[in-house]
Amino acid sequence: MAFDYNQFIRAGKLPHIWCPGCTYGIVFKSIIRSLDAIKQNKDDLAVVSGIGCASRLPGYLDANTLHTAHGRALTFATGIKMVRPEKRVIALSGDGDATAIGGNHFIHACRRNIDITVLVLNNFIYGMTGGQHSPTTPKGHIATTMPYGNIDPNFDIPKLAIGAGASFVARGTAYHVPALDKLLIEAINHKGLSVVEIVNACPTTHGRRNKFKNPTDQLLWMKDTFLPAAAFEKLPPEKTEGKLPMGVLYKKEDATEYCENYDAMAQGVRQKIEGRA
Amino acid sequence: MSKTKLLQGNDACAEGALYAGCRFFAGYPITPSTEVAEFMSKELPKVGGHFIQMEDEIAAMGAVIGGSLAGAKSLTATSGPGFSLKQESLGYAMLTEVPCVVLNVMRGGPSTGVPTGPGQSDIMQCKWGTHGDHPVICLTPGYVQEIFDETIRAFNLSEKYRTPVIIAYDEIVGHMRERVEIPDAGVIPVIDRTKPPKGLDKYLPYDDTKGDVPPMANFFEGYRYHVTGLNHAPDGFPVNASPRIQTDEERLIRKVDGNRKDICKNETYKLEDAEIAIFAYGSTARGAKDAIDAARAEGIKVGLFRPLTIWPFPDEAVAEVAKKVKTIIVPELSLGQIILEVQRVSAGQCKIEGIFRVDGDPIYPAQILAKIKEVK
Repeated sequence: MAFDYNQFIRAGKLPHIWCPGCTYGIVFKSIIRSLDAIKQNKDDLAVVSGIGCASRLPGYLDANTLHTAHGRALTFATGIKMVRPEKRVIALSGDGDATAIGGNHFIHACRRNIDITVLVLNNFIYGMTGGQHSPTTPKGHIATTMPYGNIDPNFDIPKLAIGAGASFVARGTAYHVPALDKLLIEAINHKGLSVVEIVNACPTTHGRRNKFKNPTDQLLWMKDTFLPAAAFEKLPPEKTEGKLPMGVLYKKEDATEYCENYDAMAQGVRQKIEGRA
Repeated sequence: MSKTKLLQGNDACAEGALYAGCRFFAGYPITPSTEVAEFMSKELPKVGGHFIQMEDEIAAMGAVIGGSLAGAKSLTATSGPGFSLKQESLGYAMLTEVPCVVLNVMRGGPSTGVPTGPGQSDIMQCKWGTHGDHPVICLTPGYVQEIFDETIRAFNLSEKYRTPVIIAYDEIVGHMRERVEIPDAGVIPVIDRTKPPKGLDKYLPYDDTKGDVPPMANFFEGYRYHVTGLNHAPDGFPVNASPRIQTDEERLIRKVDGNRKDICKNETYKLEDAEIAIFAYGSTARGAKDAIDAARAEGIKVGLFRPLTIWPFPDEAVAEVAKKVKTIIVPELSLGQIILEVQRVSAGQCKIEGIFRVDGDPIYPAQILAKIKEVK
């Protein structure tokens, strides 16, 4: 029997707003399969997003969903998680959303290690506003605000997350779909802040301006560029030139989680008061 | 048994919030509001609530909205520059109809201004700080007991009308210490948001067919709905270029403006036979009372109009005053903001005179008395 995506899709809310050739649909389906795999109860799930193409995804998902302001997904998600720490919270951002306007929130959520799954859908561009450069646009690439080629140094999102203290960091792509399913399941199940950079293609505002003749070219670029982390590690430096590792890049099992720390502290305070009474 | 405490204004706000059932505080330290965060960080763990110091003001406002959607009555406290940073998300809470309370302890400005001095120059920011057309409820207590009471009222209005409520008072009342009576739980009524009935086939979070304030479900209670800062249909999903946008935004404003009788609150002092009125709130109203007593001792008929709800502005009540007096004096810790509203509603029926001060000192009763004598 074919997989039933409808169990997690809001009736009547398709078609989506994404352009033909956009890979967000691939990611959407991967998210649904991972939620199904872990038997996620929809009532116990909140999915929070910021602004941009990626941030429209929660609207199609049958859960408690929140489409917030540009860059602020993690702030709203933090409030939800603090108040209901027993519930599942997934935050979803684009590259600009998470690492430019929301950069401060991103690093501090990583530092706290609060139990939120952060999916950064990186398509290397500001898609919804028409193709301006983002903090992940590759050097030399054309963007509407880099008409002579991008000179902005860019972020490596997993390295940023690891540096800021996230306890689970991974990278997947819209090309390596079975591997992405596996990563998402592991990330959602991880207790603590998990970050998954999901490499995507925006053929409309990035690809066609940058020598990717069609959406397939961008998927083939992913195929050639991203290597499983274990294989990547073994290669000599001259062979990793222009390549990037994917898979689980960092995992710290014994990191303490923020809401648990808060509740332990609060319990201690209450016990002290009761002891005195 | 009610408790009597000697409290600072900011502590009274925190006490009021706890009394009203606030169980989540997210904030970022800023003078002169920080005591509220400090108090909440100490007390919330004791009552099963949660406190978080976020990385910035923007984050604090987002967390407060998230906390409220997850079911906790939520508070944040800030001052001028922080209040500016919160504006985008404050507008989000207005459009998405998420109840929460935002305290702005006003200091001098613009920019960093006078962080430790009093100001009333954010009063227009309270009304117009965010973008777009929107409703605003803003309360302006002037005494420490009143801060406690009005904070409870702020939560009640916020829950009742599904909208953020701003409390704005100046640094003087925020840091002043006075006696506060804290009644037992239940003595002051506490209002909780109206929830939809259980078991509905379809819950529409913005259904306005049965009134201007649709019932609000919390997240995780079984109604999986969508919240967006985009203009939206009754089911919460975005709509573009639809007549719905206009009717929905008009409803948001109407649910506040149409309930002025419930929301507006003000006090008058020796105003019945007055020929001169003073319009003042917060610390300036306290100084005005002293000035009025001194002027009355000299036979000058002067009285006070003191709004406790400044937004929506008490149009009708101030227009009534303007009809009866020769002059309204508006002492303000700004170079003239709320005086514009007094001028607007008095519509030329009487003279309007301002006393404006922004040097970090209060407006003293003597200054107000001198003005009373000048306009007599």
